[in-house]
Amino acid sequence: MIVNARNHGRRKALSMCISIFTLLCACLVVAPLGLVFFHLLRMGASALNFDFFTHVPTGPGEPGGGMANAIVGTVVLLGLACAIGVPTGVLGGVYLSEFGTARFNWTVRFLCDILNGVPSIIWGIVINGLIVIPMKSYSAYAGGLALGCLMIPLVMRTTEEVLVLVPQGYREAALALGIARWKTTVHIVMKSATRGIITGILLALARVAGETAPLLFTALGNNFWNNDLAKPIAALPLQIFAYAISPYDNWHRQAWAGALVLVAFIFTLNVTVRFLTRGKPVRV
Amino acid sequence: MAHGMKPPSRIGDTMFAGFTFLMAFTVLVLICVVGWQLWAGARLSIGKFGLHFLVSSDWDPGNDVYGALPFIYGTLVSSLLALLIAVPLSVATAIYLTELAPRWLRQPIISLIEMLAAIPSVILGLWGIFVMVPWLRVYVLPWLQHYFGWCPLFRGSTNGSCMLAGGMIIAIMIIPIITSVSREILVSVPDLQREAAYALGATRWEVTRIAVLSYAKRGIFGAIILGLGRALGETMAVTMVIGNTPQIAASLFAPGYTLASVIANEFAEASDVCVQSLFEIGLVLFVVTILVNLLAQMVLKTFAGATVKQ
Repeated sequence: MIVNARNHGRRKALSMCISIFTLLCACLVVAPLGLVFFHLLRMGASALNFDFFTHVPTGPGEPGGGMANAIVGTVVLLGLACAIGVPTGVLGGVYLSEFGTARFNWTVRFLCDILNGVPSIIWGIVINGLIVIPMKSYSAYAGGLALGCLMIPLVMRTTEEVLVLVPQGYREAALALGIARWKTTVHIVMKSATRGIITGILLALARVAGETAPLLFTALGNNFWNNDLAKPIAALPLQIFAYAISPYDNWHRQAWAGALVLVAFIFTLNVTVRFLTRGKPVRV
Repeated sequence: MAHGMKPPSRIGDTMFAGFTFLMAFTVLVLICVVGWQLWAGARLSIGKFGLHFLVSSDWDPGNDVYGALPFIYGTLVSSLLALLIAVPLSVATAIYLTELAPRWLRQPIISLIEMLAAIPSVILGLWGIFVMVPWLRVYVLPWLQHYFGWCPLFRGSTNGSCMLAGGMIIAIMIIPIITSVSREILVSVPDLQREAAYALGATRWEVTRIAVLSYAKRGIFGAIILGLGRALGETMAVTMVIGNTPQIAASLFAPGYTLASVIANEFAEASDVCVQSLFEIGLVLFVVTILVNLLAQMVLKTFAGATVKQ
């Protein structure tokens, strides 16, 4: 029996102890975040300067240089990823929410979750086999495609979730006016859920912006400017990785600076999402 | 005048539905393409080494002899180590966040955990190389060796880059997902359960243990399996701290190698046969993570009343 007056004090104490223990666990869970931030700011801020944003990398161990090409490269790769991931993901989500049967939707959602669980390094070698080998060159296209594939299931799930939230009455009202179904979907349903759809896209972008493994054998990285999307292109995560495992102190400092910039970018995206979803019943 | 109008054409609707259907269908296509490409890439290796590939521990690019056992071992040990560290912490945090914490503290901690989840793997790896590994080498490993050196797990030289470091960094990476999924499971436990236990005079912890945890056990198991799936495929951070040596060592202080890391490190400069072996390793990783994720989804989706999203 639970109730036992004699033990009451002891049971209260046990409950208190467990509360404190779980609080400590929560602190331990959050501690790495604080430590990573602390070191990022300490090591990254000192290495960050104007040159970092305007110069390309210097040779091994030489002082100076920056990651201008890698920053631009990351933006280019994310643009390509959006070109592939956004239409596919959004329109797929539209089908699930507006046209799909229950069984089909269940299957696709299930497959999306499975696809999300596939290690990102797998995308690296698959796209390498599909694009890089036939094209005989590492390329920005291949890197963008790898990131785009990662985005598709993420965007599809969030799009479906926000479209389902659009009140059924909107659709009925539009259809009652004789507006074609596809026009209703595009102009009424999608339009009223624009903010939610953009939120999903930004979240997916934040998720893939830091991905390194899928780019290793697709975009490859590049120490110089590159205007040709069919050629290897630099990316911040790749540059951070290459510098982190190099033996040069100067490159280590650059890696910290790059990490700080990348984290700042990702957190800006996340804060934007917060801003877009404030006061909204959208689950992110 | 309405009866004079022609009924609107349905072609637009049909085309729109068809096109969006194709887009939704890509998810299935993608899974098939990945499986097919991995199989196609690994075909010759599968033919050459057969099942022996999975149980052989020779990895000798010089002689073109390949076996995946050290990598399978490294992946399993580092992932289990990560689960050992992450599961108690995550479940306790989830319990704290849903049952025990004061309300004003809940949302800030949840946000912090979401931020931890947003940190890219490569940045955690950078932190691992320059902060965690030296800390392990200087303080933790000598301490463990001094007090637990009698156990073979804690013997050998302490270079810092080791299986233990790999396990710890994976733990940091999977804690957010196990915590957030467990938390959603606990939140979905009906309040009636709690009220019934409170009515019997139970303390907060007793309510949690008797009414909440026994109800949510299955869902939390699903969350852990989901974490295992992520742990098995974790690449960059592990590659940067685990030491990358293909060996099977009893000690947690010895360097190891995982399936994902060997692909990351060797794929770019590999010979033909080696590339095929790496594709086969990719195939193994793909099949295993799909099976683990299938199990996790089955458990989570059948969990009564839970609306869980990862």
